[in-house]
Amino acid sequence: MLLFLLRRLGVLLPTFIGVTAIAFALVHLIPGDPLEMLAGERGMDPLRHARLMHEMGFDLPLWQQYIDYIDKVLHGDLGLSINTHQPVLGEFMTLFPATIELSLCAMGFAVLVGLPAGMLAAVRRGTLLDHSVMGLSLTGYSMPIFWWALLLILLFSVQLGWTPVSGRISVMFWVEPVTGFMLIDTLLAGDWDAFWSALHHLVLPAIVLGTIPLAVIARMTRSSMMEVIREDYIRVARAKGLSPQRVIFVHALRNALIPVVTVIGLQTGTLLAGAILTETIFAWPGVGKWLIDSISRRDYPAVQGGILLVAAIVMLVNLLVDVLYGLINPRIRHAR
Amino acid sequence: MALLDIEDLSVEFGTDERPFRAVDNVSLHLERGEVLGVVGESGSGKSVTSLALMGLIDFPGRVRAARLEFAGEDVLALPERARRRLIGKDIAMVFQDPMGSLDPCYTVGYQIMETLAAHQGGSRRERRRRTLELLEQVGIPDPTARFSAYPHQLSGGMSQRVVIAMAIACNPALLIADEPTTALDVTIQAQILDLLAELQARNRMGLILITHDLAVVAETCQRIVVMYAGQIVEEGAVAEVFAAPLHPYTAALLASLPERSQGRELYALPGVVPGQYDRPQGCLLNPRCPHASEHCRQAAPALRTLDQRRVRCHTPLDAAGRPQS
Repeated sequence: MLLFLLRRLGVLLPTFIGVTAIAFALVHLIPGDPLEMLAGERGMDPLRHARLMHEMGFDLPLWQQYIDYIDKVLHGDLGLSINTHQPVLGEFMTLFPATIELSLCAMGFAVLVGLPAGMLAAVRRGTLLDHSVMGLSLTGYSMPIFWWALLLILLFSVQLGWTPVSGRISVMFWVEPVTGFMLIDTLLAGDWDAFWSALHHLVLPAIVLGTIPLAVIARMTRSSMMEVIREDYIRVARAKGLSPQRVIFVHALRNALIPVVTVIGLQTGTLLAGAILTETIFAWPGVGKWLIDSISRRDYPAVQGGILLVAAIVMLVNLLVDVLYGLINPRIRHAR
Repeated sequence: MALLDIEDLSVEFGTDERPFRAVDNVSLHLERGEVLGVVGESGSGKSVTSLALMGLIDFPGRVRAARLEFAGEDVLALPERARRRLIGKDIAMVFQDPMGSLDPCYTVGYQIMETLAAHQGGSRRERRRRTLELLEQVGIPDPTARFSAYPHQLSGGMSQRVVIAMAIACNPALLIADEPTTALDVTIQAQILDLLAELQARNRMGLILITHDLAVVAETCQRIVVMYAGQIVEEGAVAEVFAAPLHPYTAALLASLPERSQGRELYALPGVVPGQYDRPQGCLLNPRCPHASEHCRQAAPALRTLDQRRVRCHTPLDAAGRPQS
């Protein structure tokens, strides 16, 4: 097990270097620089601009800047945000719980709806139910996030007035941030009204963000389930006189879950990418919105640090999924 | 009362317009403690017959029978739930591929205990004790260690022993073994057959042994049913059928046994079992039958009784292997 983890960590190293290099290059490829963005329309005296750029080290050759940056990163220093002069890591960590809260709820929604939908479609394959589930999931998968978000806002927030349009909680409430998760913090404070407000704010973004993973999980569960149902051991389970529920939930589902868990892990990348759009549309104060804002301010350290951290999280989740995989599948557990 | 009484069992697949009869009016009869061999090439409907009996034919398959009685009880009339109480408990089945028959995610012990839990209840401790006893009975060394083994840690022979333990867990009155040795090594095959024969004798189970190995039938069975393209073509006591087959198909099967070969070359019946789209008119065997006449190509023969034996042929063979007319 230890050897397995070490091997996996070894593979992560080149990925890390690649991610930092690409993030670094892309950010510097965008026209403009942080100072121009700060100065705005009025512009800045070219001499002053050059002096400041020199002070910040942005006049050095790109490769030198990159090496300096990597050196600092390896020492655990992601630099200061140009905009706020706060450490990038600190900013990220304050905003990250909001993104996790949103992503977890989105994933929870996707799994809770996607798994049963896929299972039902597999068990009742060829029926109207199967076709509708598959049709809907294809639609959900193909729906651009920003468009889907706007449609839902129009219906539920504007027409029906059921949910707020944006934000994380109503401005009426102030909750002491203990965990950074609004749902938990409001409960810890014992403030039910605040909890409801936070929940109302969370519903739409979570649905929007969870739609694509939901579609992928539903389709994957269906195909995996249909494959497993044809296996001999399912027929043997039925020949033992077990109830259909037991055959499906105990024998078919567990085997069918093996590939689905992998897919759920892979979806975390999609989820964090989707979070950028979703957070921007719903003005959700998370990492995604912060990244977008940092890009438009050409806040180089913030963007680079943000991408690096997000990449690290995706890799970590995938590592976790591999471990989880072994827990579900005894064949893998024993192979180590 | 007979243990198993099947009359005119048919299983159809395909659409209503183009139905395909995988099993065509099969009648089977089995007494308590009797061992019946069912033989035939692949595609002759042996497995489908047993799956129909177990109630494991799924939509779009259709099962019909004039009578399907187990221990005097009309199985087809039973509601789903009552039928499930029967299968796995009183009628159990062992399948062809032992490695695929066990769920890879659960331990051997869990899967045997599951059968016990479904039919007998009892405490966990009792089930565990009974499971260990079963593992011992099917000849698995060190049952306590094997109890918590996963299927992928077992060999094919061991897996088949576990599957058999699972099948006999509730002391079934009828055990159907569907080619239980096909996927195993020759040396293991004999062991598994010995085990089945021993368990059959000890528990006085009815045993239906589906196989395409005639040597196995000769060794273990009292009666033999030969199937071809979903129909029974011959039935009788093993000794009589082996001594003087009435049906040309049975004769061909027997002639292709290595120990019966004359000369250097092994006899092989040309052609294959007809499928859904190439059913011949008349007798289903006529394109492959060495004795087929014009009559055989026109009219399908009925299954008729010839002193204690049944045969589906217009011109059954005599003791010398020549068609009688």
